[in-house]
Amino acid sequence: MPSDAEVGTTGAGPLLEVTGLEVSYGDVPVLHGVDLTVGTGERVAVVGESGSGKSTTAAAVLALLPGRGRVTAGSIRFAGEDVTHAPESRLRRLRGREVGLVPQDPMSNLNPATRVGAQVAETLVAHGLAKGRAARDRAIELLVEAGIEQPERRYRQFPHEFSGGMRQRVLIAMALACEPALLIADEPTSALDVTVQRRILDHLETLRASRGASLLMVTHDLGLAADRADRIVVMSKGHVVETGPAEAILRDPQHEYTRRLVAAAPSVNASKVVAAGGVSVTERSAGPDASARPLLEVDDLVRTYRVRGRREPLVAVDHVSFSLQAGTTTAVVGESGSGKTTVARMVLGLEEPTSGEVRLDGEVVRTARGAARRAVRRAMQPVFQDPYASLDPTFTVERIVDEPLRVFGVGDKRSRRARVTDLLEQVALPASVGQRFPGELSGGQRQRVAIARALALDPRLMVCDEAVSALDVLVQDQVMTLLEDLQRDLGISFLFITHDLAVVRQLARDVVVMRNGRVVEHGTVDAVFASPAEDYTRDLLDAIPGAGFFS
Amino acid sequence: MTSTPVDPPVGGPPPPPETPKDGASGLGSRRGRVVRELVRNPLGLVGGGLLLLVVLVALLAPLITGYSPTQVDFDLPFQKPLTVGYPLGTDDLGRDVWSRIAYGARASLVVGLIAVGLAVAVGTPLGLAAGWWGWLDALVSRLTDLMLAFPFLVLAVGLAAINGASLTGAAVALGISQVPTMVRVVRAETIRVKELEFVTAARSLDASAPRILVQHVLPNTASTIIVQATVIMPVAVIGEAILSFLGLGIQPPTPSLGIMLSDAQQYIFRAPSAAIFPGVAIAVICLGFNLFGDALRDALDPTSRR
Repeated sequence: MPSDAEVGTTGAGPLLEVTGLEVSYGDVPVLHGVDLTVGTGERVAVVGESGSGKSTTAAAVLALLPGRGRVTAGSIRFAGEDVTHAPESRLRRLRGREVGLVPQDPMSNLNPATRVGAQVAETLVAHGLAKGRAARDRAIELLVEAGIEQPERRYRQFPHEFSGGMRQRVLIAMALACEPALLIADEPTSALDVTVQRRILDHLETLRASRGASLLMVTHDLGLAADRADRIVVMSKGHVVETGPAEAILRDPQHEYTRRLVAAAPSVNASKVVAAGGVSVTERSAGPDASARPLLEVDDLVRTYRVRGRREPLVAVDHVSFSLQAGTTTAVVGESGSGKTTVARMVLGLEEPTSGEVRLDGEVVRTARGAARRAVRRAMQPVFQDPYASLDPTFTVERIVDEPLRVFGVGDKRSRRARVTDLLEQVALPASVGQRFPGELSGGQRQRVAIARALALDPRLMVCDEAVSALDVLVQDQVMTLLEDLQRDLGISFLFITHDLAVVRQLARDVVVMRNGRVVEHGTVDAVFASPAEDYTRDLLDAIPGAGFFS
Repeated sequence: MTSTPVDPPVGGPPPPPETPKDGASGLGSRRGRVVRELVRNPLGLVGGGLLLLVVLVALLAPLITGYSPTQVDFDLPFQKPLTVGYPLGTDDLGRDVWSRIAYGARASLVVGLIAVGLAVAVGTPLGLAAGWWGWLDALVSRLTDLMLAFPFLVLAVGLAAINGASLTGAAVALGISQVPTMVRVVRAETIRVKELEFVTAARSLDASAPRILVQHVLPNTASTIIVQATVIMPVAVIGEAILSFLGLGIQPPTPSLGIMLSDAQQYIFRAPSAAIFPGVAIAVICLGFNLFGDALRDALDPTSRR
């Protein structure tokens, strides 16, 4: 086993140097000659859509390729030492001790059966840096540094007693436990709410800077990369297509792919507007005259849940009212736990309100029966967040899109088949997709299928619950364009539930900002974005990644 | 007894259990993927080979045996294997052990199929209903708990005693005693699937509960049900042997692997082969189902792929 003296003696070269890296999963090559360097103290962001190989690159550096992945060519040098094919014993010291990893999903990366503090201490013990009482004391210090209050008490708690943001702080504490020279963060905050995201990233940056460590961050969000990195590496289909200083990449992208990425990045576009502080004149039609009866009225909606072990019921939705004019889009924004999804479920009639009512075109959704009920159902269709879960994997696409027609007994077999082909065409999918299964489609194609299914019954209102949040930037842009086209051509109204203000900015005319079950602000997007009346709304707007870059 | 856990962690998209009328072309590729996965797994191939062997022997029994399984020859008892005309020797009554194994395997498979069929036919609808309707869940789950509180064999022996000692009696007893595990597995899958968004999408169309259960939930639990069936099968085969051994199953002189064991045990030192071969036959059948079931579960579950 090499002695510690060999480790960490940095020459003049970069801390991490990846040259001509090729990685294959089984027989399928996924990285084609990736070159990447991270200097000492430098912050580098790898940006690309899913499948671009950005996470694979990060995993290869730690020799943690999943499944049958292996490095087939190229080299990875850390502090001048070639670690490409280093033995496992060497790699074990590399991981954690010299390179810290902040993983993506704070929910699944802590052991639910072990106390949080013990998991932080374990890192120290595993690397022989501390033992017993000393490890415990150091772990508590690390928790304090990571911004966790009452660390003594928190040390003894289990992961389920922590919120998502708190768990991510714990994971950061673990990554920093051994004072690594390089920190790899794989989508460190994409599972978190925007305001939490910003606080965590600020904190991570403070800790990193104080230690002089380097950062290799993997993200799909160009705005976030611009905010948080000195240099950006853009990847597509396993190739590095462009690399350069963050500012140059954003302001003057050279490669065609980067240009598309910058153009599509909703956060960048939105933050430009926010940073400019002005109201842009939108081409969006003002919609029918506002005195007309709204299509959807949400009137004083309340939903409470009984929680075991608590006497007071939990108020998930607290006297929420708003309305939506036909042919327009209203966005409901808020962080997780704000009650926005519960509102959507009550609008769809999937959940009974405790009090208050939802009216669609004057008809109360809850009490509608018989023909009226069927009419309400036809007029209102959902599109969900996860295109993987919202399509039955055992159905063909044709059968999925056909299902609403069959349930409502529309037409005969032949006319329905023709209708399905029309619907697929409307969402820009070839008819041949009809015979395939959802598992054979990409995420964007699946979401198009979900939209086609929602369109089948000619609805007047589509309720989209985070319908574009799970999609890659470019695909997200395409789907949003599709939704805008549908609104223009078919006059469909959208109720858009989202946490992403950037998406709101692009799609919606009106916005309802929710927090802790209450509506804190309500108005047109232009008005609310330009001059938010509430601190909370301003927080949300400031938290859009990239905002700082353009201000 | 079985190497497969009672509740196999099957997730992800399973294959369609029935051929949808439209879209057979895509189906081929899905089924093709599962078959490819199966073929790639060496243990699955071994299991499949053993099963094929057993099924062929059982089906072709009249063609590949020289003597009737019940033909007695008092002149030639306790013959050693590979003596003229008797590849596996004879038992205490001079009956052909090979012939009795072939016909006994037939009985084992028939009992196994009836038991599995019964467990699936009763357990699946109960599991679906219990998973879907909360109020029914309490009732069904307590009933299955009650049944599971009895050791499986005690339950089967009791039921067989009530049904009367016969092949169908044993098969029904074994089937009923396996219903609770099937209910539990299907119920758990139903609860998982009903939270998925495509079910919510169907609910927001006001599709009826039976419609959603049959069209969406059942196909998505199919792989779990199939795997559970391959777990129940060897249990039923061994159960038949045990019941017949105890005299509660198939009645002599009809051949059964269990009866052969029970008959041979008195003469175990004089003619060990008459006990060893039926034992090996039982082991082969069970091993075949277990290996094949494990491989099938891995092939159907994309997340368990290495």
